[in-house]
Amino acid sequence: MSIVMGTGEGRAPGLSSWLAWPFRFLMGALNAPMSAVQRRFGIGGMGAVFLAPNMLIFGVFVLIPVVINLAYSLTGGTAIFFDGRYFVGLDQYKTLLTCGDYTIPSTCLQDAFWQSLHNTALFVVLQVTLLVLASLATALVLNREMRARGFWRGVFFFPVLLSPVVVGLIWKWILQRDGLLNALLLDLGFARTLWLAERNWAMFWAIFVSVWAHLGFYALILLAGLQAIPRDLYEAAMMDGTGRMRTFWRITLPLLWPNLLVVVILALIKAVQIFDEAFVLTGGGPGTSTMFITQYIYETGFAHVLRNLGLASAASILMGIVLVALTALQLLASNRRARKEAA
Amino acid sequence: MKRLTHLAIGALALAWSASVAQAATEVRIMWYSDGNEGEVLQDLVKRFESQNPDIKVVVDNVAFGVIKDQLPVQLEAGRGPDIVRVVELKSQARHWLDLRPHLKDAATFEKNFGNTLDWMREDGSNALPGFMTQLTITGPLVNTTLFEQAGVPVPGPKATWDEWAAAAKKVADSQKIPIALAFDRSGHRFMGPAISMGAKVIGPDGKPAVVDEGFKAMAQRIADWHKSGIMPREIWGGVAGTTYKGANEEFVNGQVAVYFSGSWQVAQFSQKIKDSFDWSAAPEPCGPAACTGMPGGAGLVAVKYTQNPKEVARVVEYLASEPVVREFSERTLFLPAHQGVAAKGVDFKSSDPNVKKSLDIFLNATQTADPLALKMQSYKWSGTIYAAVISRLGQVVAGETQLADAYARIEDDIKQKVAEASR
Repeated sequence: MSIVMGTGEGRAPGLSSWLAWPFRFLMGALNAPMSAVQRRFGIGGMGAVFLAPNMLIFGVFVLIPVVINLAYSLTGGTAIFFDGRYFVGLDQYKTLLTCGDYTIPSTCLQDAFWQSLHNTALFVVLQVTLLVLASLATALVLNREMRARGFWRGVFFFPVLLSPVVVGLIWKWILQRDGLLNALLLDLGFARTLWLAERNWAMFWAIFVSVWAHLGFYALILLAGLQAIPRDLYEAAMMDGTGRMRTFWRITLPLLWPNLLVVVILALIKAVQIFDEAFVLTGGGPGTSTMFITQYIYETGFAHVLRNLGLASAASILMGIVLVALTALQLLASNRRARKEAA
Repeated sequence: MKRLTHLAIGALALAWSASVAQAATEVRIMWYSDGNEGEVLQDLVKRFESQNPDIKVVVDNVAFGVIKDQLPVQLEAGRGPDIVRVVELKSQARHWLDLRPHLKDAATFEKNFGNTLDWMREDGSNALPGFMTQLTITGPLVNTTLFEQAGVPVPGPKATWDEWAAAAKKVADSQKIPIALAFDRSGHRFMGPAISMGAKVIGPDGKPAVVDEGFKAMAQRIADWHKSGIMPREIWGGVAGTTYKGANEEFVNGQVAVYFSGSWQVAQFSQKIKDSFDWSAAPEPCGPAACTGMPGGAGLVAVKYTQNPKEVARVVEYLASEPVVREFSERTLFLPAHQGVAAKGVDFKSSDPNVKKSLDIFLNATQTADPLALKMQSYKWSGTIYAAVISRLGQVVAGETQLADAYARIEDDIKQKVAEASR
């Protein structure tokens, strides 16, 4: 393999050519070793060579931890390292899955696991639905010609820049007994409400805060999709006298579908993993009404004095299976779409 | 010539100090701080170094999270600092170094800290791994200004829990404050009152036997006080699992009549409340069996993986000596675990009269704690019991479950954990 660099002949050497010199030097220096590698692996093998660093990082930080996690889930005991643990086979999974009635967490051996699973399912359904609808509405509004459009885009995107802990703390200060919201309500003559100590309100606020925090990111993806739709389609529809709703259903939505699909799948995965902002905001309470599956894993594996790493690992493997299923769903949907478009 | 001589002496002095510095053995202390104790320790360590030039003490100030999450992994791997300040003493006891063979005067060391040494060593061992840097004790903190304004006398030394709850309710109603009685959300905080009510906690076989009549008496009261609005739902019922929640902010803001927490709050309350209102610790509320709080605290222990056990022992022995413990306690406003220091009394350095009064009350409470409360500190399963109790009673308060179900779950949770750890 040889790398041929432009020499810039016929032009006076400017600042850019001076700046390009170290780059040219580096490329020249790499020429010999890369040629040797190519001779060793052949042109066909070069793809693998270029992928190797990435795969190494992926292996060390993702694959190996997954394998270790799986191994932990097959062991018992409270020791951190394997030499102090004992093999239990699938016992941890059995412990998690032993239930009188799967719809009633209190009948399960690990009631907290099932309660957190129920909470996560409810959260995912409501949060993803609301998030997608709110992001779509926001993107549609921000796509219009309006004054200070950049400013409004910034306003909606700003919460995305905040750390989840900061998001949780801000809303906790707003919603606590003597928080901003209660102060406002008391001034207006309403009674004080314990927003985070009432089961339904706590779940509502967990969902609301999560939608508020992530809306900007998904709205941005949809906005990019909206701006990619050719203007002339709308102009043609307008000339044909097509109504706004029909234009939305017949032009906007179908052409935005790929972006919408990405948003739905990303939001689903993120919602299943919900932890930090909800943990800071509600601590999983009241009771266990906003305890999600990741908090269960954290509580079981790390918060107790006797760490049950086996059970926590088994729960995280089960959660991983759900996430893999969601990712497969995304791949399936996008492949089907691609095949349809190709046909 | 004179200048040349000066230069030569200077160079020699420099070379000598460099060689001493090079020869000094390094001892690392991993330390976390709640208040000013890190600064006080630095002063004490500097003094030690000037008296012992052959030892260099490095204090690594870390967040409590490092002690809680990272230290156990280091210890399991056979690594870690030479000395560490830690709260989880008993459960990690197998990693501590027995300083007995290295101490100059092991007998005095044992005499001074004898009643807390079991908290940090394995069952049946007589090792001397370190000492408690401070004792804590749970107990009530009272907003005395609110009591005065309400014309309600603060309950006296033999007052029962019911009398305390009634008095707190009267104050809250009269002063229109939202919280009559607040409890830290913690199994440890619950256990003192439960022992006062007659809970035995440990069965005859040494295994946990938590749910008995005494335990139920206190659990029932907690549930009732939440139902009647004496205790606020958002603390015990507000979070899930073992998550800790306190009412510090509410107390500092004058919204709590009685706050059942502990001696460690004194320094920060003094700092935050200033002269907004008067407050004080109060004697432990009573049940039919006792009037006890739960002791606790942090200990400074030597790690057995150290390469320099002799030097480590010298550092620990210095920090555990009577004048050093006295100064440390006076400046940090911590209750001393050193029995000699505690017996002679401590002149806590604070201009706030609430501090001195409160610490004296707490210091007295450490001396009168129930033997079972003391034993719980060295009981292998205490952490497991506290976790199960707070998770399940929290669910009762939140209205997720009934007390009878919670009792069954508490026993199941503990059984599962004991079985898991005993296999």
